[in-house]
Amino acid sequence: MKPKVAFFDFTSCEGCQLTVVDSLQTHLDLLDAVEIVQFREAMSERGEDYAVAFVEGSITRESDEARLKKIREQAALVVALGACAHLGGVNAIKNLAPLDDVRKYVYGDKYEWYATYAARPISAVVKVDAFIPGCPIDREEFIRVVQAVLLGKKPPIPDYPLCVECKLKENICMFHKGGFCLGPVTRAGCGAICPTFGDGCEGCRGAISNPNQDAMKDVLKEHGLTVDQVMTRMTMFNAYQMQEQKT
Amino acid sequence: MTQNLHIDVHHVTRVEGHGNIVVNTKNGVLEECRLEIVETPRFFEAMLRGRPYTEASHITSRICGICAVGHATASLRASENALGAELSEQTWLLRKLIFFGEIIDSHVLHTYMLVAPDFFNVGSVIPLAGTAPEVVLRALRIKKLSGDLCALIGGRHTHPIAMNVGGFTHLPTVDELKAMRARLIDARKDMDETVALFKTLPWPQFNRPTEYVALSKTDEYAFIDGTVTTTDGGKYHPNDYRKVTNERCVPHSTAKHTAHKRESYMVGALARVNINYAQLHPRAQEAADALGLQAVCTNPYMNTAAQVVEMVHSVEESIKICDTLIARGIKKEEPFKFKGKGGTGVGACEVPRGILFHNYEISDDGKIVNANCIIPTGQNLANIEADMRALVPQILDQGPEKVTMALEMLVRAYDPCISCSAHSLNVKFV
Repeated sequence: MKPKVAFFDFTSCEGCQLTVVDSLQTHLDLLDAVEIVQFREAMSERGEDYAVAFVEGSITRESDEARLKKIREQAALVVALGACAHLGGVNAIKNLAPLDDVRKYVYGDKYEWYATYAARPISAVVKVDAFIPGCPIDREEFIRVVQAVLLGKKPPIPDYPLCVECKLKENICMFHKGGFCLGPVTRAGCGAICPTFGDGCEGCRGAISNPNQDAMKDVLKEHGLTVDQVMTRMTMFNAYQMQEQKT
Repeated sequence: MTQNLHIDVHHVTRVEGHGNIVVNTKNGVLEECRLEIVETPRFFEAMLRGRPYTEASHITSRICGICAVGHATASLRASENALGAELSEQTWLLRKLIFFGEIIDSHVLHTYMLVAPDFFNVGSVIPLAGTAPEVVLRALRIKKLSGDLCALIGGRHTHPIAMNVGGFTHLPTVDELKAMRARLIDARKDMDETVALFKTLPWPQFNRPTEYVALSKTDEYAFIDGTVTTTDGGKYHPNDYRKVTNERCVPHSTAKHTAHKRESYMVGALARVNINYAQLHPRAQEAADALGLQAVCTNPYMNTAAQVVEMVHSVEESIKICDTLIARGIKKEEPFKFKGKGGTGVGACEVPRGILFHNYEISDDGKIVNANCIIPTGQNLANIEADMRALVPQILDQGPEKVTMALEMLVRAYDPCISCSAHSLNVKFV
C-alpha cells in the first residue's frame, strides 16, 4: 500500500508547496510512490488518514496551535517544509519590534480585530521528525527527503557550510568581490544558488549545528566588516533563533 | 425550490491561502453572503521598517510564492523611483522577460491545475494524469518552460535572486537566450492547443457590470509601470494610487477591502484585457476572439479565459525580447550606486492577479522608513462578494450543492492569492 501523505500550511507564501508541484515536472512518478490525501492548494479532496504530514509555514497565532497539534496526533511523521516551518523564517522579523507597534502600523485602530503573536517554527509547538530547509525548499532535496522517508531512513540534510558547495561551483567568493555573505555559517544543500546568481547568502537554510565562528570573524576582519552586519543579515530568516539564544 | 440555504465552505480549495465562503438565505432572501479571509495577518510593511532598502525586494518577494517576481519588481520600482535610479535598456528587457515568465507560470498553474479540474468533474489535476495525460503533460511542459525562463534571468522563480535595485547581479548568456527562444517557439503549439482546449469549456454564464482597473500604456500592453486606468473613467499617476484604492478594514477579513467609483472594482487579467485589448499581440487578440472574450466582458468567470489570452501574449512578447537581446548582445553593466539621498517612491505592476502597488519611504542612510503594499486580491475581495450577492439569487433554485460549486468556481476564477492579501494596509506617510 502506498503511504498516505498530506500537505498543510500555516503562515507562509505557499512557495514551498508550489515547489512540490513543480517537482512533478521532472518526477511525475512521485505520484506512483505516494498517495496524496490532502493538499488544499492543489486539490479538493480532504482525507484525514495520512501517515506523513508536510507542514509549510510558521505559527503566528494561538488559534493555529490546535490545528497543528491535531496534525501531529494523526501523522506518524511530521516534516517541516521550508524556512517558515523550520526556522520561523521571514515571519519572525516582526518579532524584533514590539508586537502592538507592528499590529497598529498595519491595521491602525482596528488592530485588535486580528489576532497574532510572535512568529515561531512549528517545532516550538509540536515534535518535528524531519525538516527540509530553505526559502524556498530545493526541488531535488525535497525528492531526496521523500525517498529517505519512504525507505525509513534519516533524511540526508547536509550539516556543513555553504562555502563547500560554493567552492565546488568555482564561484568567486562574495567577500572577494566586495560583497557580503552568510555562507561560512549557513547550512549547505541549495547548491549555493544565491552566490551563483551574484548575491550573498541570506541564511535561509539556518545555521549549521557547529558553525566556526572564529573563522567567520577572521573573514569579516580581513574585509573590514563587523559582527553586527552578520547579526543584522541573520535576522532575515533566523530572528527567532537569535532571540531564543538571547533569553 | 430551495428557500433556506446555509453554505459554509471552510478553507476553499485550489486557491492560494485560506478563505471561507459563508452564505445564508431565509425564505429565499439573502441574509448573509461573505468571503471570509482567515489567513493569518502577516505584517510585511511593519517588517520592512528599519531594514536596508537592498533587502526590500528579497523580503517582499516572500509575500507570495506564485507572484514572487511581481512583488520583487514592484518593490524594486518603488525603491528605484525613490532613489532616482535609471534603468538601462538591457535591464528593462530582462525585467520584462522574467515578468512574462511569471505571467505564464502563474496562469498555467491557475488555468490548468486549479480551474480545469472543475470542468472535468474531478477534485484535482492528479486524476487527469490518468484520464487526460496529454493535458497534464502539456501543463507541466508549459510550467517547466516558464519556470526555466524565470530561472534563466533571476536564478529561480520563487524567489528571484539576481534582480536588484538598478539592474541584475547575474546575466544570461546569448547562447542561453537562443536556447530559450527555441523553446518559446516550440511552445506556440502548446499555446494553440491550450486555446483549443479552453474554448470548449462551458463557462458559467453570469454577467455583472463593475468597474475594471488596470495599468495602461499607449505603446504596449502594460505590465510594469503605466497609468492607472479605469473603465468608469479616470486616469491616475501611480503616485496617486490611494485615490483609487481607498482601503478600509472589514471585521471578517484580515485583508482590507477597496473601492473607487462604485462599491467595488475588479483587477486582474480580465480587467487588463478589458482595458488594453488594443495593445495585445495579434496572436493573443486571435485567442481572445476564439475564446469568445470581447472587451468589455462583464463575466468574472472569463478571467480564466483572459489568462489564456495573456499566456499567448507573453510567449510572443518573450520571443521578441529574446530576439532583441540576441541581436544587441548581453553587456555587463555598472551597478547602481546609492548617493546618500533617500526619498519616496511608488512601484506599480500588473502581476498575474492584477494591479500591485509598493510604496516606500527611504532615509538618507538607505533604510526603509515607511512601507505600504496594496495587493490585487485585496482589491478584488469586495467585488467577489458583490458578485456572490448578485449570483446567489439567480441560482438559488438549483440546490445547495450546485450553488456551492458555482460560488467556489467564482472565487477560484478570480485566482485569489490570499496569503498575499492578508496584510494590506493604509499607512499614512507623515
